[in-house]
Amino acid sequence: MAKGRRVLVTGLGTFWGGRVAQALEADPDTDVIIGLDTTHPTVELERTEFVRTDESYSLLARIVRAADIDTIIHTFLVVDSTQMSARQLHETNVIGTMNLCAAASQEGSKVCNVVVKSSTLVYGSTHRDPVWFAEETPRSGPPRTRVERTLVEVESYVRDYAIDNPHVAVTMLRFSNVVGPDIVTPLSRVLQMPLVPAIFGFDPRFQFVHEDDVVRALMFVLERQIPGIYNIAGDGLLPWSETVAICGKRRGYLPPVGTRLAAGSLSRLGIALPPEMLDLLTYGRGVDNRRLKAAGFEYEHTSAGAVESYAQALRLRNTVGDPRPAYHYESDVEQFFRHSPAVVRDRENSSSNSRRR
Amino acid sequence: MARQTARDPRKRSPERQGSKAENKAGDKARKATSKAGTATEATEASATRGTKESLLPVPIDPHPPDDPRRSDVDEWGRSEHLRSILRTVVDPIYTHWFRAEWENFDRIPTEGGALLVGNHAGAIPSDAATIMHGIETQLGRPVYTLADEFFKKLPLVNIYWQRLGGVQAHPDNAYRLLREQRQLVLTFPEGNKGPGKHFSERYQLRRFGRGGFVEIALRAGVPIIPIATVGAEESMPIVYKSPTLARLLGLPYFPITANMLVLGPLGIVTWFPAKFRMRVLEPITFDEPPDQPRYSRSRIMDSAEMIRQRIQEALYDMLRQRQSVWRG
Repeated sequence: MAKGRRVLVTGLGTFWGGRVAQALEADPDTDVIIGLDTTHPTVELERTEFVRTDESYSLLARIVRAADIDTIIHTFLVVDSTQMSARQLHETNVIGTMNLCAAASQEGSKVCNVVVKSSTLVYGSTHRDPVWFAEETPRSGPPRTRVERTLVEVESYVRDYAIDNPHVAVTMLRFSNVVGPDIVTPLSRVLQMPLVPAIFGFDPRFQFVHEDDVVRALMFVLERQIPGIYNIAGDGLLPWSETVAICGKRRGYLPPVGTRLAAGSLSRLGIALPPEMLDLLTYGRGVDNRRLKAAGFEYEHTSAGAVESYAQALRLRNTVGDPRPAYHYESDVEQFFRHSPAVVRDRENSSSNSRRR
Repeated sequence: MARQTARDPRKRSPERQGSKAENKAGDKARKATSKAGTATEATEASATRGTKESLLPVPIDPHPPDDPRRSDVDEWGRSEHLRSILRTVVDPIYTHWFRAEWENFDRIPTEGGALLVGNHAGAIPSDAATIMHGIETQLGRPVYTLADEFFKKLPLVNIYWQRLGGVQAHPDNAYRLLREQRQLVLTFPEGNKGPGKHFSERYQLRRFGRGGFVEIALRAGVPIIPIATVGAEESMPIVYKSPTLARLLGLPYFPITANMLVLGPLGIVTWFPAKFRMRVLEPITFDEPPDQPRYSRSRIMDSAEMIRQRIQEALYDMLRQRQSVWRG
């Protein structure tokens, strides 16, 4: 390869942004990695440049132009509505994506590959759903929750961008419920509780994907440059009762009637059950993962395997606490490593390479 | 390359630990040999090599054994375990209460997908359970029954209905079951109009939906096997329907059955012992290739109407031959 990729990663401070940047750093074909976020990254990064922006990325166009970016990985789509207010959610997801698309399609842009990390929340969860959603299966009804609405809007912007820029390989990955040793989601928080919430009289089937498979899938589509929409989910559907059993927990029941009311009073106690999760706890969701498999991707974990891996991490954490202290991004130290002549760079490179191997 | 680069640093740790342990062991071995004092350089080297080989970093699989499933609930929510329990419960009812009998049972295929289409009757239809039980015990292959999405909304009902072989009637579900998994799928195209009809209208088939079942069979490339059932109508006849109560409770219909009048509250779940007869009609195969983007709507409607006619005629024929509702 003559010249390596110049990659822009959005949401560097989030779990995904950090993991993707780490994976990119290990990739010799990637020349430049620029990470954007409103907060500092929380993972150890060696050669990623961090740029602090506002949540809607209004300065993005200039960054893309200045750094000759050719690949954009958009991981900063918030799917956890407990994290932020409705307005913030809208700004981050919808306006952020709009600015991203605008920046990528500006005059003289060299962007040729865009990967967007979406969620299977765009399919919704109702009693009219098929057991398996394929990528082209429409929703059974209009989106009812905020986060679903923003994601549906985001996808429509991305689709418009793909139509307007046929020379750009636009890949949209819809991730199912992600679990794993490190990621924190509303679902993983719920599975940590001594009594795991369930809705009485319902035992929906869930699909899970392991966090490693998510990063691998992102790197896979980046390498292959395969445009289109792909579902990312482990094989198999797991009843909620079994999921809870694998985690070694018991279920605590919410009433099937007036569920939202009960969830509302629970949220006052600090147990956040967003409406999209209540839907999921009632009807579940399964997505067909065969399209990416047909493209050559192999999952390392099934749905049950991903939950088992999470359960093992949970047991370890219950015994010894957090086994890996979170790295705090010290910008001064990072600056020193990058720019000080005192740092011996060749050795640094070779040792990091050997460690990597 | 991406696979290697995408690896998590955590996964390296077992190897690293392995190499540490190996070094330690190597040291020990070296100490031991030097203590003995008899070892030459060569043996020492071979000893260290030997220990090294035996302590080669054991490839510890960082992943848990995949598929730690704990139940046998499949993707459709069906549990073969619960299904077999139900079969044990239903068996005496099937043989002694309804005394179910089949005609032309050999028309049901022993392998490959097929769409079974029946008439639906009785306030709480007993025909679905009877047909499923008969086929599963005699052929030893599962039957999935397509049912209204309404069941999916009811607490508890939705769990057990799915565990026992119910699948929501969605074209994608039916296609996957028939075409990809080559299963037997039972459907009642009348929907809730069949069981929801008054006793005076018994054995008068309702409209067969919009022919969706024909389209599914066409797309999946499977035969349609009509089954005419006599007996279900009399097992739980509806004598009165309350549209107001149905609307209030959100039910498709709210029946007062003869069973309730005779047996009181027990009658809600007790069927009369009507004699059940099932006649399997000639399978209908189609010339059109499967997986077409669209099929002629008029052709679909014609086929649906033809199948309805055949079941209706078979029902009349069976009723002509029936001497008694209870003894058959």
